[in-house]
Amino acid sequence: MTTVALKPATMAQALTRALRDAMTADPTVHVMGEDVGTLGGVFRVTDGLAKEFGEDRVTDTPLAEAGILGTAVGMAMYGLRPVVEMQFDAFAYPAFEQLISHVARMRNRTRGAMPLPITIRVPYGGGIGGVEHHSDSSEAYYIATPGLHVVTPATVADAYGLLRAAIASDDPVVFLEPKRLYWSKDSWNPEEPQSVEPIGRAVVRRTGRSATLITYGPSVPVCMEAAEAATAEGWDLEVVDLRSLVPFDDEKVAASVRRTGRAVVVHESGGFGGPGGEIAARVTERCFHHLEAPVLRVAGFDIPYPPPMLERHHLPGVDRILDAVGRLQWEAEN
Amino acid sequence: MTVMEQRGAYHPTPPPAWQPRTDPAPLLPDERPYRVLGTDSAADADPALLRRLYAELVRGRRYNTQATALTKQGRLAVYPSSTGQEACEVAAALVLEERDWLFPSYRDTLAAVARGLDPVQALTLLRGDWHTGYDPHEHRVAPLCTPLATQLPHAVGLAHAARLKGDDVVALALVGDGGTSEGDFHEALNFAAVWQAPVVFLVQNNGFAISVPLEKQTAAPSLAHKAVGYGMPGRLVDGNDAAAVHQVLTEAVAHARAGGGPTLVEAVTYRIDAHTNADDATRYRVDAEVETWRAHDPIALLERELTERGLIDEAGIQAARDAAEAMAADLRERMNQDPVLDPMDLFAHVYAEPTPQLREQEALLRAELTAEEEGAH
Repeated sequence: MTTVALKPATMAQALTRALRDAMTADPTVHVMGEDVGTLGGVFRVTDGLAKEFGEDRVTDTPLAEAGILGTAVGMAMYGLRPVVEMQFDAFAYPAFEQLISHVARMRNRTRGAMPLPITIRVPYGGGIGGVEHHSDSSEAYYIATPGLHVVTPATVADAYGLLRAAIASDDPVVFLEPKRLYWSKDSWNPEEPQSVEPIGRAVVRRTGRSATLITYGPSVPVCMEAAEAATAEGWDLEVVDLRSLVPFDDEKVAASVRRTGRAVVVHESGGFGGPGGEIAARVTERCFHHLEAPVLRVAGFDIPYPPPMLERHHLPGVDRILDAVGRLQWEAEN
Repeated sequence: MTVMEQRGAYHPTPPPAWQPRTDPAPLLPDERPYRVLGTDSAADADPALLRRLYAELVRGRRYNTQATALTKQGRLAVYPSSTGQEACEVAAALVLEERDWLFPSYRDTLAAVARGLDPVQALTLLRGDWHTGYDPHEHRVAPLCTPLATQLPHAVGLAHAARLKGDDVVALALVGDGGTSEGDFHEALNFAAVWQAPVVFLVQNNGFAISVPLEKQTAAPSLAHKAVGYGMPGRLVDGNDAAAVHQVLTEAVAHARAGGGPTLVEAVTYRIDAHTNADDATRYRVDAEVETWRAHDPIALLERELTERGLIDEAGIQAARDAAEAMAADLRERMNQDPVLDPMDLFAHVYAEPTPQLREQEALLRAELTAEEEGAH
C-alpha cells in the first residue's frame, strides 16, 4: 500500500478540483456566470476550467443574475447540469424570482417530470473587509424556500465532497461558500479519489460534555477556537458542523444536545428570522427534558451588514460565544 | 462661441477603433403591421394551410368560449381567455416541428392545445387540482408560466442547450405587451442575441396588461423596435391575420434553425374578453373600442378570404364548426367529472427524496386523513 503525503490545499483549490472532476466525469455539467471563463472567477474558483473544457462548457455570461439563472433553468430542462456562479451573496438577489418561482418549484409543479439539477454557488458571509454588498449572510432567504437544498462547507475536504454531491444531486442546491475560508488550508490529498459527502448530514467537529455549539460555514472555525478557549473556563464544548441547512440533520444535532444538555447556535446571519431561531426551536422540541438551560443564539446583529472597519463588532467572535456559554445557567448545577 | 459649442469642445471624440457593432437598418421592423389576408400576398398562400388555419381558429374560439363557460359552472378556478388572439395562438403552435419547444404563458393554453396537448391537461393549472397537468417533454410544451416573462430566459437556455448538443431544435416563447416591461424580457433577449440562440419571441400585443394600456407601458415606437437594441431583427405583424402571423413566424423559425439567431415578433391584436372571468373590463375601456376590433376578427378575416377565393364552401365551414363542437362536448364532459385528488401528493415531488422534515409532516397529514376517515365511518 502506497501512502500519499497529504499536502496543504486551500478551500478554493478544493472547489476548483471538484468542478473539474465533475466536468470530467459528466459531459452535461456546464459552468456559467460572470467572469468565470477567461478570468477564472473573482475568487479564482473556476481557474483554468475554460481553457480545459472550452467556452461552450465554461461560459462568461452577460452581467445579469436573473438571466444567468433563468437560462440555466432552460438548459437543465434540456438535460444539462448547470453550475451557476453568483459572484457575491448580495449580487444574487436579482436572481431570486427565478430561484423562488422556478428553480425551487419546477419538480413539484411538474409532478417530478422536470427536475432541475442546478447548483448555485454563492460566495457568502463577511470577515474579508468587503465594502457594502460584499459580505451578506443570505442563507435565511434560501432556507425559507421549499424545494431548495442549502449546503455550506467549513473544511477543505467538505468543500470538495459537498460540491461533488451538490452537482450530482437531481435537486437544485444552493451551495454557500464561506468567502473568508476560501484561503483556509488543510492537509488534503488531491490525488486520491475524494469522498462525496451525502447532503444532509451534520458532523461533530469536536466532542465535548459541557454544551453543544451548533454552527455552520464560516462560524465553524470560530466555534472551534471558542471551544479551545473554553477549556480554560473548565468547559468541554462539543462543536456540531451542520454542513447542510436543508435538509437539516435533526438526529445528529438532538443526539449531541441530549448528551450535553446545553446548546448555543452560532451564525453570522442576523438573529431575528435567522436560521438560529428554527434550530433552537427544533432542538427544544426534541430535547426539552434534557435541557438544563434555554437554547441561546449568537448571531450577527439585526442590522444591514456594516462597513468593513466596523465588521469585527458585528461578527460572532470567540468572546461573544463564550459569554453565551456562560449564560447557560451553570449555577443550577450547584 | 455659444455655450453649447463650448460644451461641445469638451466632448471626447470617439477613438479611431470605434465603429457600429451592427448595422441597425436590416433589423428594423416594417412601418405598418405586415398583412397577407386581403392583400396581393394572399394569392401566394397555400390553400391547404389556410384551410388548416381556419379549422384551428374555429376550434380555438370554441375552446375559449367553452373554458369561459366552465368558470361560470365552477369547473375552472379562473380562465384568462385568448378570444380575439386565436390567430397568434394557433400559428405559434403550427409553425413548430415536433422536436421544437413552446414556452407559453398562462393565457396560452390554446397554443398548447393547438400543439396537440389534451385540453383537460392544459387546463389543470386553471382547474386547480395541480400546477402543470402534463409532462412537458411529451409535446415539448413548457409549463404554463404565471410570473410574467420569466419563461423567456428558460426558452433561451433550452434553445442554447439544444444548440450545444448539436440538436436542430428551435424554442418559441410567448409573452404579452405587459411582459415586455419586465426585466426578464430584457435579459432573455440580450442573452439570446449574445448567444445567437435559436429562439423566437412572439409578443402578443393585445392592448392591455389587465387594465393598463400600452401607452403606460412603453414609449418605444413599437414593441418590435425593441429588437434593434439587442441586435436582432424585429418584425411587426397583424396579429389577427392568421396567414401573416404564420408566415412571419415560419420565417423567424427558419432563420433561427439555420443559425441566424433570435427574432422578436410583435403581433398587434386585441384581448376581446376581460383579463379573466374575475375582471371587469368596463372599468378601463369602452365598448366602442371592443367593437372596432370585433370587426377585425381573425376568424372572419380568414373566412372572407377563403370564401371569396372559393377555397371553402358552406359544408367546409360547417365541418370546422362540427369538429369544434365535438371538441367542446368532450371537454365539457370530462371537465364535469371531479378530479381525483390525493392529498399525499403534496409531499411527493418537493425533492427527489423527501427530507426528514417533510417525512414528519407527511406522517402528520397521513394521521389527520386517517382520523378524518375514521370519523366519517
